[in-house]
Amino acid sequence: MKNKIVCHFSAAQSEQPIVYHLVKNHDLVVNILKANINPQKEGFLVMELEGSKNAYEGGLVFLKEIGVRVEPLSETILWDEDICIQCGACASFCPTEALAIERESMLVSFEDSKCVVCGMCLDCCPTRAINLYFEVREAV
Amino acid sequence: MAVQKSYEEINEKIRRGEAVVVTAEEVIGIVAEKGIEKAAREIDVVTTGTFGPMCSSGAFINFGHANPRIKMKKVWLNGVEAYAGIAAVDAYIGAAQLPENDPENKVYPGRFTYGGGHVIHELVAGKEIRLEAIAYGTDCYPNKKVESVITINDVNEAFLFNPRNAYQNYNCAINLSDRTIYTYMGILKPRVSNASYSTSGQLSPLFNDPHYRTTGIGTRIFLGGGVGYVSWNGTQHHPNVPRSEKGLPLGGAGTLSVIGDLKQMDPNWLVGLSYIGYGATMAVGIGIPIPILDEEMLLYTAVRDEDIVCPIVDYSEGYPYSKPMDLGYANFKDLKSGRITVNGKEVVTTPQSSYPRARQIANILKEWIRNGKFEITRPVAPLPGADADIVFKSIPQNKG
Repeated sequence: MKNKIVCHFSAAQSEQPIVYHLVKNHDLVVNILKANINPQKEGFLVMELEGSKNAYEGGLVFLKEIGVRVEPLSETILWDEDICIQCGACASFCPTEALAIERESMLVSFEDSKCVVCGMCLDCCPTRAINLYFEVREAV
Repeated sequence: MAVQKSYEEINEKIRRGEAVVVTAEEVIGIVAEKGIEKAAREIDVVTTGTFGPMCSSGAFINFGHANPRIKMKKVWLNGVEAYAGIAAVDAYIGAAQLPENDPENKVYPGRFTYGGGHVIHELVAGKEIRLEAIAYGTDCYPNKKVESVITINDVNEAFLFNPRNAYQNYNCAINLSDRTIYTYMGILKPRVSNASYSTSGQLSPLFNDPHYRTTGIGTRIFLGGGVGYVSWNGTQHHPNVPRSEKGLPLGGAGTLSVIGDLKQMDPNWLVGLSYIGYGATMAVGIGIPIPILDEEMLLYTAVRDEDIVCPIVDYSEGYPYSKPMDLGYANFKDLKSGRITVNGKEVVTTPQSSYPRARQIANILKEWIRNGKFEITRPVAPLPGADADIVFKSIPQNKG
């Protein structure tokens, strides 16, 4: 199975080689989509985990045991087709080809299931047709 | 040449609803299939189109007089200053003008979410615009301050007058440095990780009339979704640049100054843009009809993407500091494919100008002409051509 998750770290946890353990001990394919980790600071890691069901669940148990808060990826990129002028600048910045140009028509399309919410497209869209939405977490 | 058609003959066919009109994309296949002479005999007009950021754009507005009257010294539309150094209630709102309190690049890279182009877009869309003006007061114009809310229907005149649009060719921008840079060609990733370009290639107006034979002063055009006219050559018009065998300029070259009544335009074709780290501007839609007077004109309009090249320019140092660097040329067909090769490295391409929208413009103009509602025009005067002796000047350094 394959799934995208967001891991929130405390300052102490950010020192640990978490990805190493996920790969080595849980046999997971880890694809880091976005990360903000700094020594002695809180941070987060957006990643896609791929492996057998057992491996995936084992990996999540490991993360929870060491105190990492794991959440499903709940941010969403919305592409507003009515505002888009079809320039296609976004497509060249999209790492997963979720935003892509069909070369014959040169039309831009957006495939939500491919999007990893890296946010690269937000800055390069001159009409601001692309927006980031996220579910507000309840205060802990 | 075997085929000779006059502007008048073509217009007569347009009026009768018999003119054969095709787009600058469609003509390519027709010429390949039928040959030059037969195609030139059949086709009367080829339509072109372009829709991209054109900073040198703006609109003149006459607000009508207030009571008591005011001679506006400064005027703002939704907080964006318009130039008021002309008659009392006339002003010019420029597409690249920013709101008074915009943070600009103070927090780099700035967002530039609103500017003159956005004001023009909203004005054309019929939205309410906040008008503020101040003055010093005179005997004839005693009013010192006006605040109101207006729409485009409340003003006497509003006409687009763009000093430089429809650049004949443009640079392909790359970044040789080690950091991301933010330019009017969009975000350029470090170490040549993308290449940005802005032209509609085989659909672009001046690639289809490379020597400005039928496009001149007075030419009626599609402008911002309505009808406009070529008013002059554009600023920085520099036609005497090196050209390919087919007469296509290998760099910037010709530009157009265009004019048209904003009140009959469409917000879909005048769109405010925000370039991160650079500023605000406006996408302008322009379409120019090319009358097929003879085989030569048809040959020009049969230009294909693969015939068009643009110079690759470094925007980290080459462009900002005018350092000559020979980085070669990019072919437009390759640029459109999504990848080009620069110095042996495969690079992703970033378009700035909208090809689908350019195609749409060429099709709209085609329908206008076919339906007899848009006639072609013989230029009142020609634009300076490739044989003009124009020197591209810069600001003199260290004077005064």
